[in-house]
Amino acid sequence: MIAVHNLKKNYGPNTVLNIETLEIPKGQSFGLVGNNGAGKTTLFSLLLDLIPPTTGHIENNEVQVNKSEAWKPFTTAFIDETFLIGYLTPEEYFYFIGELRGRNKADVDALLSQFEDFFHGEILGQKKYLRDLSKGNQKKAGIVASFIGSPEVVILDEPFANLDPTTQIRLKSIIKELAATEGVTVLVSSHDLMHVTEVCERIVVLNKGEIVKDIETSAETLKELETFFGG
Amino acid sequence: MFKRFIQLQWKAFFRSASFGKSVGIKIFMAFMGLYLLASLGILGGTLYFILRKLVPDQGPMWVLSQFLVYWVLAELFFRYFMQKLPVMEIKPLLINNIPKSKIVNYILGKSVFSGFNLLTLVTFVPFAIVLLAKGYPALNVLLWLLAMTVIALCANFLNFLINKSDVALGIIIGALVAFWGLEYFGIISIKAIFGPIFHALYVYPIAVLAPLGILVVLYFLNFKYLQRVLYLDGALKGKTKEAKSTNLAWTRRFGEMAPFLQLDLRLIWRNKRTKTQVWISLLFVFYGLIFYTQEVYANMVGMHVFLGIFMTGIFLANFGQFIPAWDSAYYGMMMSQNIPLRKYLESKALLITVSVVVMFFLTIPYVYFGWKVFLVNTACAVYNLGINIPVILYFGSFNKKRIELDQSPFGNMQGTSAVQFLIMLPVLGLPIALFTLLHFLISFEIAISVLVGLGILGYAFKGRLLDLVTEQYAHKKHAMLQGFQQKNG
Repeated sequence: MIAVHNLKKNYGPNTVLNIETLEIPKGQSFGLVGNNGAGKTTLFSLLLDLIPPTTGHIENNEVQVNKSEAWKPFTTAFIDETFLIGYLTPEEYFYFIGELRGRNKADVDALLSQFEDFFHGEILGQKKYLRDLSKGNQKKAGIVASFIGSPEVVILDEPFANLDPTTQIRLKSIIKELAATEGVTVLVSSHDLMHVTEVCERIVVLNKGEIVKDIETSAETLKELETFFGG
Repeated sequence: MFKRFIQLQWKAFFRSASFGKSVGIKIFMAFMGLYLLASLGILGGTLYFILRKLVPDQGPMWVLSQFLVYWVLAELFFRYFMQKLPVMEIKPLLINNIPKSKIVNYILGKSVFSGFNLLTLVTFVPFAIVLLAKGYPALNVLLWLLAMTVIALCANFLNFLINKSDVALGIIIGALVAFWGLEYFGIISIKAIFGPIFHALYVYPIAVLAPLGILVVLYFLNFKYLQRVLYLDGALKGKTKEAKSTNLAWTRRFGEMAPFLQLDLRLIWRNKRTKTQVWISLLFVFYGLIFYTQEVYANMVGMHVFLGIFMTGIFLANFGQFIPAWDSAYYGMMMSQNIPLRKYLESKALLITVSVVVMFFLTIPYVYFGWKVFLVNTACAVYNLGINIPVILYFGSFNKKRIELDQSPFGNMQGTSAVQFLIMLPVLGLPIALFTLLHFLISFEIAISVLVGLGILGYAFKGRLLDLVTEQYAHKKHAMLQGFQQKNG
């Protein structure tokens, strides 16, 4: 589904990302871990063509993302709160996103009804603008918005941060289900090794912009990662 | 401890976001500030002579005293809107080893040095100097000046106490209107009541103790109040307004443009800065009154074109020049979505078009000042529609400065860069130059026709022009995204 070719991103003399090759097959739940500054968000931003690559390119379903925009209809993302529109209520935001992705109000309502558990009564019908919601609730709204419009690729940057334990557990099952039953390619980054190992079939470790580990998740993966980061 | 607070203040000032702005904007803002101070200073310096001339049979001090009650009320009115106690800044101090009373004294103390208090001094110090030069008794004049300063401080502290209550605002406005009405219709002479009170501050130097007493009481009340509410769920709690959902179903008829139109309408109504701009734009309709009524400008066609472009295009300028920076906070999301950029721009163009038409209708009464005024305004409106809308949208792609929507609109230069000043050249300068030249070389009629013709031509090729603008936005995408991410640009 996603193929990275000789991708390099420089800022001045510093190379912040340097990936020779990376293939992510369709329907895989893919985890990206690394310390601060490892290049996780940079890779996601390149995938969404929010920043241009210095050299090389990424293909998303055979569409070269920095050349064509044809990847947009089947790709969604939630990177951070800047993906939200602060002065809208959550409902208005969902409908707006729905509209951009060719879904009418009824479609969006149908989708939202599946996430009532996940929202825990704190998102819909609150008479609050997104800017006035807590960080955790903002995140919930953003994550669910990225499920609107039957995407084939979902990119979530640090989805577990700021969420309460109940929501974390629910999100894990949502992500697993998306990849397993609907064939959605899910890309997740996290600082929490436990969460990614639980959710992702495959984990890639970035360090200073380079891939240093590429593991199929197994029972030993968490140990392996802990040893790697621990010292 | 006090020294540390001063240091903190020093850093807060020199490291503030507005201080880091580009040199051009700093100079511009400094210039505006100086201009305001200079105007007040000159007013204060000449006030004595103005009053002498207006009311020759009464002492200037007496005349001034009669109006001071209005001065104080007006001051309270402006402070109500523009001055807030910066309580949020002290949040980091709360959990540190500093007694609460000291924190409270610190924020109350630093409010004494606010620019609002300076305004009184800048006005009345020159006035006092003139009085002294004219041989008024020094003791009386200086203590009067002290009393005025203390009254400004009273207003300062009173404002913090009443600031959150709409009732208080009602009382201030009510008092202003009622006093003026009672005076005007000769029912009760407010001047006769308050005049002697304020005059007493000059005649009896000891009377300065009265405002001083009030000041002490107000400070004490503020102190007690703040000490009581200095909690995260008290004064330090950010205010949240209840959200009102609107579905704006009528926008549906605009088809693919509808979601963007809804977004723009909500953007304008739900954010302070944009909302204020709508009101300011509407107020600018009266701008013409200043010039049309003066003989000097009656035959200056350039001035008329300026007014025409300006009045019908004020929203175009105010709102348009910051497109797409209004969406800067979430521009990354927009760019990762499958949005038709063209529709996004068309929605903005439609909004501005509506504003130009509305402003044009509002300027129609100026026909009172002659048919030529009306014709010029019409031509300018057409020119704005056809040429200036695409031009301003095109220049929008050079915007790289982020705008935080929820910040106060007053004196907010966020998002401003050299681009904004450069835009004004083609938008305002070109039609004025063109019109003046044609009017001078050929005739008024030809000049009007050319402006209208250009506007219609632009409107006819609107589709093609918007295509060009769309291409430009796509081309500049990454530069814009990068710029919008810089928080304190």
